[in-house]
Amino acid sequence: MSSPLDAPSSLVGRPLPRPNLARLMQGRAQYVSDLVLPRMLHLAFLRSPHAHARIGAIDLAAARAMPGVAAVFTGADLAAVVTPWVGVLSHLKGLKSAPQYPLAVERACWQGEAVAAVAARSRAEAEDALDHIGITYEPLPPVADMETALDPATPVIHPALGDNLAFERRFTAGDPDAAFAAADAVVTADFRFARHTGVTLEPRAIVADWNRAEQRLTVHQGHQAPHMMQDVYARHLGLDLAQVRVVCHDVGGSFGLKVHAYPDEMATVAIARLLGRPVRFVADRLESFTTDIHARDHRVTARIGIMRDGRITGFEIDDLTGIGPYSVYPRTSAVEANQVVNLVGGPYAVADYRARTRVVFQTKTPMCQYRAVGHPIATSITEGLVDLAAARIGMDPVSVRRRNLIRDDAYPCDSATGMKFERLSHHAALDKLLVMMDYDRLRAEQARLRAAGVQRGIGIASFIEITNPGPAFYGVGGARISAQDGATLRLDPGGFVTCQTGVTEQGQGTEAIIAQIVATALGVPVARVRVMLGDTDVTPYGGGTWASRGAGIGGEAAWRAGRALRDNVLAVAGSILQAPPEGLDIADGVIVDAADRRARLPLDELARLVYFRPDTLPGGMQPELVATRHYLPRDYPFAFTNGVQASWLELDPQTGFVRLLRHWVVEDCGRVINPLLLDEQIRGGVVQGLGAALFEHCRYDAEGQMLTASMADYLVPMAGEVPEIDIGHVVSPTAESALGAKGAGEAGTAGAAAAVANAVNDALRPFGAVITEIPITPETVLRALGRV
Amino acid sequence: MMRDITITLAVNGESITQTVPPRLHLADFVRERLGLTGTHLGCEHGVCGACTLRLDGAIVRGCLVLAVQADGGSVETIEGVTDSGEIADLQAAFHQRNALQCGFCTPAMLLTAQDLLRRGGVPDRAAIREHLSGNYCRCTGYQAIVEAVEATARARAQAAP
Repeated sequence: MSSPLDAPSSLVGRPLPRPNLARLMQGRAQYVSDLVLPRMLHLAFLRSPHAHARIGAIDLAAARAMPGVAAVFTGADLAAVVTPWVGVLSHLKGLKSAPQYPLAVERACWQGEAVAAVAARSRAEAEDALDHIGITYEPLPPVADMETALDPATPVIHPALGDNLAFERRFTAGDPDAAFAAADAVVTADFRFARHTGVTLEPRAIVADWNRAEQRLTVHQGHQAPHMMQDVYARHLGLDLAQVRVVCHDVGGSFGLKVHAYPDEMATVAIARLLGRPVRFVADRLESFTTDIHARDHRVTARIGIMRDGRITGFEIDDLTGIGPYSVYPRTSAVEANQVVNLVGGPYAVADYRARTRVVFQTKTPMCQYRAVGHPIATSITEGLVDLAAARIGMDPVSVRRRNLIRDDAYPCDSATGMKFERLSHHAALDKLLVMMDYDRLRAEQARLRAAGVQRGIGIASFIEITNPGPAFYGVGGARISAQDGATLRLDPGGFVTCQTGVTEQGQGTEAIIAQIVATALGVPVARVRVMLGDTDVTPYGGGTWASRGAGIGGEAAWRAGRALRDNVLAVAGSILQAPPEGLDIADGVIVDAADRRARLPLDELARLVYFRPDTLPGGMQPELVATRHYLPRDYPFAFTNGVQASWLELDPQTGFVRLLRHWVVEDCGRVINPLLLDEQIRGGVVQGLGAALFEHCRYDAEGQMLTASMADYLVPMAGEVPEIDIGHVVSPTAESALGAKGAGEAGTAGAAAAVANAVNDALRPFGAVITEIPITPETVLRALGRV
Repeated sequence: MMRDITITLAVNGESITQTVPPRLHLADFVRERLGLTGTHLGCEHGVCGACTLRLDGAIVRGCLVLAVQADGGSVETIEGVTDSGEIADLQAAFHQRNALQCGFCTPAMLLTAQDLLRRGGVPDRAAIREHLSGNYCRCTGYQAIVEAVEATARARAQAAP
């Protein structure tokens, strides 16, 4: 029997606009930064101006006397009511970190670490009072440079840990030494990936409210994982889970940045509890730049072996990454490095691979998971090497990929690192990409323009993306982060359906796709489905939305709940209509005969009878118009998607400027639930990758002072710099779920920078110059050309 | 600290008299004093554009104008421009093309786009991109926004006598 998902009436796969956008477009949304509660206080933090300093005496008297100030707190005050946390997971063997507190205790370890907090009537008054806190710092030597973090002469940031090495992993598959010895050519390159950050347009925002009468904490927070935060707050404030409610309203951008536990947010919650009144903290942009998690910051020495016929013999990487002074809680800061090891070489049928990664502490802003964790690093290394190797043997970049990409008929199979691929489509995606971009014509145009002195480049990057993570990601390591997710459906008396889901919305369109899935599963118009999410008091226990899990896990749970409710409804309908339920169906909100589609009973009439006239139902019938289902993929520890991107750009060798002309993406996320939302989600991911490629950089000086901590200094892509981005799809659904969706949130970011870097190097080829670092600024280009 | 100052201004057509500290900027004024929270704060450096609103008919950064500078002026926010129906077609085009995700940049993006559209004609995509380049969006690829603005320009040009 074919799935109702494929029926003509199915809403899954349709480009339906998102519901409930009006409030966002009319300025009537409810972001946490808009929330005002009675008697609410505003927090401002005194933050360390030093990258590393011992905290001396703190004099709060003058600050406490300032107008509007309700209370002032130090690290010791809050350490008394919040237990410290350590960002480690047991399955990342050897990972270590130091205890962390809401406010620094004794020592500040990065510029921007919160040291004291003022709660006042307004944010302005709280900031005024900060100026009156008397504090002395004894500056300590900063550990700014990750390259020297492990040198014996470098101070150990946390002496109790013994050294500055947070985590190390070595991995070998096959016989890489033999593979490189047998290669006709070996190409080595040193890749550098700058620190950058997420820059959500709405900064981190939290309003915490401790109700002394109910002994209950309500936290309104712009966050991706409400149940995770419920657990974190309860655990570290010594409350029962039932005493904590976390509510996520509209969230002004997240991108993985809002999936962590931040010290200043822990402080906000603790202060609300101490004061017994609502307390609000909304980061300003300076605070965002110096305290939001940063990402990337890798230096990787890598090599590839290749035969003259284009066969890749092996990959090898040696990765070093700096994560700041602490591994971030509770997901840890070793995951990105671990992903890099897992993903390098992933699209290719290459068995011989060696990797090492070292994750080191430094006194800079903590680093942790940001969109496409590790993927852009792994893709840039792999695809950079493949292009360099192709150039070395004089082979076209497309031909070398065709020669080595895992065959589309080879699945299921494992990668060299043991990643399990159910079904990918590298070759079909590449074929489609070449048609979309008209590759041969573009190459001809490039040659023609090159003869005229115009330097254009084409860059291609194939990639894989990890999605739908199971407990192997966090749960097995001891993190209380749900891998499963649930959906509860209720048919209301009016024939409307409410869906409570554990996955969350930050603009991707979670609410929209869940409604489409439920409407299709049940047989009702999509406008009759109302989705409720982001509230631990309301939704089934779940993980939230991250790692592209919303569609694949949350969507499947909603599908199963929808089919279960349909069964329940048809049982009631069969009883009322005295017809076998299997002979009935639901279409457009009406019970119909399955065979001739004749209308038999509207759902609202069925619901009316169930709720208001149950006395008229046949004896013994107890209708259940609520259904809950949960879902966790079990056949694979995570799903994999794949895709390929291409960049077409022009490089000015006189100025070093790069102008992006066009970008193409073909990706395979399994079943497409809503192409309208999917395509712009991929484009948005691409643009974040373009930012990493050309603009975004958290620059620091040797003292560990951030030099690009404002939006005027830290560049993100604007409309004028972004090219038109064409999206195509290949569809290889996972067979593990009925829905077959695999997720798409990170595909764009995974491969965009690699495609741009390859295109820049393609444009530079006539000059014999190669760039293996991002961002590629005009200065980078001119340096590569020997012009500065 | 300087003494508070009493200002009178029109906000979305309504006359407002309030006493404000001189340091209060216009975006905080409409958000905190009037509850018009559709004007968002992304950077308070005048870069991201999320606080865009109209002062005496021209779009300005609400974070770079002090409330006292708006004394005697006329301020329009996204709420007012929505209620007047002035940008209903543009909002519909944003909805149809999914030209927003988290929506935090959207009210300001709409006001900036309308500023271009009010000049009339059908700007090409490069001109639209250029005009919107003072408004950051971190979620979308800007493409759907550009398409929505372009479609609205075409529709208005066709409807014009």
